[in-house]
Amino acid sequence: MEKNKKSILLVDDDEDYLFQTRLNIEQFGFKVITADSQSEAEKLLETLKPDLAILDLMMESDDSGFILAFKLKRKYPDVPVIIATAVTAETGMSFGVSSEEDRKWIKADLYIEKGIRADQLHKEIIKLLKI
Amino acid sequence: MEKLNVLVVDDEPGICSGINRILSKFSVGFPFMDENIGFDVEETFSGEEAIKILDNKVPDIILLDNKLPGMLGIEVLEYINKKRFETIVLMITSYASLELAVKATNQGAHDFIPKPFTPQELRSAIESVTKHIFLKRMTRKLNKEGKQIRFQFLSVLSHELKTPLNAIEGYLRIMQERQAGNDLEGYNKIIERSLLRVKGMRSLIMDLLDLTKIESGKKRREVAPVNIAEIAKISVDTMGPISIQKDVKIYLKTPAEVIFEADQEEFEIIFNNLLSNAIKYNIEGGRVDCIIDDQADKLIITIKDTGIGMDEDEMPRLFDEFVRIKNEQTKNISGSGLGLSIVKKLIRLYKGDITVESKPGEGSTFRLKFPR
Repeated sequence: MEKNKKSILLVDDDEDYLFQTRLNIEQFGFKVITADSQSEAEKLLETLKPDLAILDLMMESDDSGFILAFKLKRKYPDVPVIIATAVTAETGMSFGVSSEEDRKWIKADLYIEKGIRADQLHKEIIKLLKI
Repeated sequence: MEKLNVLVVDDEPGICSGINRILSKFSVGFPFMDENIGFDVEETFSGEEAIKILDNKVPDIILLDNKLPGMLGIEVLEYINKKRFETIVLMITSYASLELAVKATNQGAHDFIPKPFTPQELRSAIESVTKHIFLKRMTRKLNKEGKQIRFQFLSVLSHELKTPLNAIEGYLRIMQERQAGNDLEGYNKIIERSLLRVKGMRSLIMDLLDLTKIESGKKRREVAPVNIAEIAKISVDTMGPISIQKDVKIYLKTPAEVIFEADQEEFEIIFNNLLSNAIKYNIEGGRVDCIIDDQADKLIITIKDTGIGMDEDEMPRLFDEFVRIKNEQTKNISGSGLGLSIVKKLIRLYKGDITVESKPGEGSTFRLKFPR
């Protein structure tokens, strides 16, 4: 049974967010692999192909999440990517992946605000994994 | 109550009057606003009519159906765009094709409301637009007053304050739902992390108070001849516990008496910030040298550490507010990101300056010069 679990790569530099989100996702019944930086995630991705990835936007640099998403999609075009951040609510900067133009440069399938409820996150994951 | 003007352009009278009914009873308020904002709704059934109204008076918000009998909604939008009318357009559309959506977005449509919509959907779309308009007006006002930087500061600050709150809330929820079982032992890490975040938040607030005092100029400065050597010594003592924890030794080299016209508290803040950084960003078993050089025309303070140092490209923003260098080595070091910006502001009060030299892996040296 363990072997059939879908694996989710979770990347965030906030230790607490990582801990809490990991707990939630494990309770949905997925296997979770975490990395706390863009560089650690890049290292992991050399040998590992997750079924889905959830990336924080701002880590070492302000656009770490975008860069990571870009690299991940180049290597594994079929792995769905969610970018999670708190940027919009707090800075008023907004971007999403709902328009064609944004999708061209933001290599993500979904863009979520941090603080999204666990059950909503679960729904989005299921939708992207098509299960 | 302040009112925003809303123009509804839709050929279905039912939709127009429905929107009118919903919005006339609706108002939007935000905690930071003094009073709520309400809505005055005007209805029109065709694009041609809409243009006549627009030429006369531009409303704040336009709810625009695309499928109109004559001129299409998108054409009205083009007209608005061409005339550079300042208004926010929400497209109401029943079958939004991607092509239309892209075209409308390019022409400046703010958002789409799919038809049919529920009153709640309409209200939340209007709420979001209202907030947008309000913030835009605020920003413009602040810009005029040269307060844009302040505004940015506040948004970053709110982020810095919200992050620990979110973390703590998340942990409390885990406890509430007993997600780690019924045994209290299982929650040790969670409790420890929550306390740590509370502590971080408190130190941010303390730093913030320092900063506001300096910025507002309201803090009564008590400038008098003080012995800088004595202040440095007190600060070194204050750092005792954290330097022991990290096994970093601090060496203070100073003449016994260095008299300088200063506010004692301000110099304490300067020393405390620089010394605690020199310890925090040091290696286990490292050292910190604090050298005070009392010259006839100036006072020079040097604080040198054997820590992790930093890259050249990391240095220019070092003294900006909320800038913290993020990398593998700094990820477990906590800080508000305000310390150095406070230090720099204080040094400016004395017409002094601060410079930094640093090499990754070797350490950093901060040099402060105060003219006499």
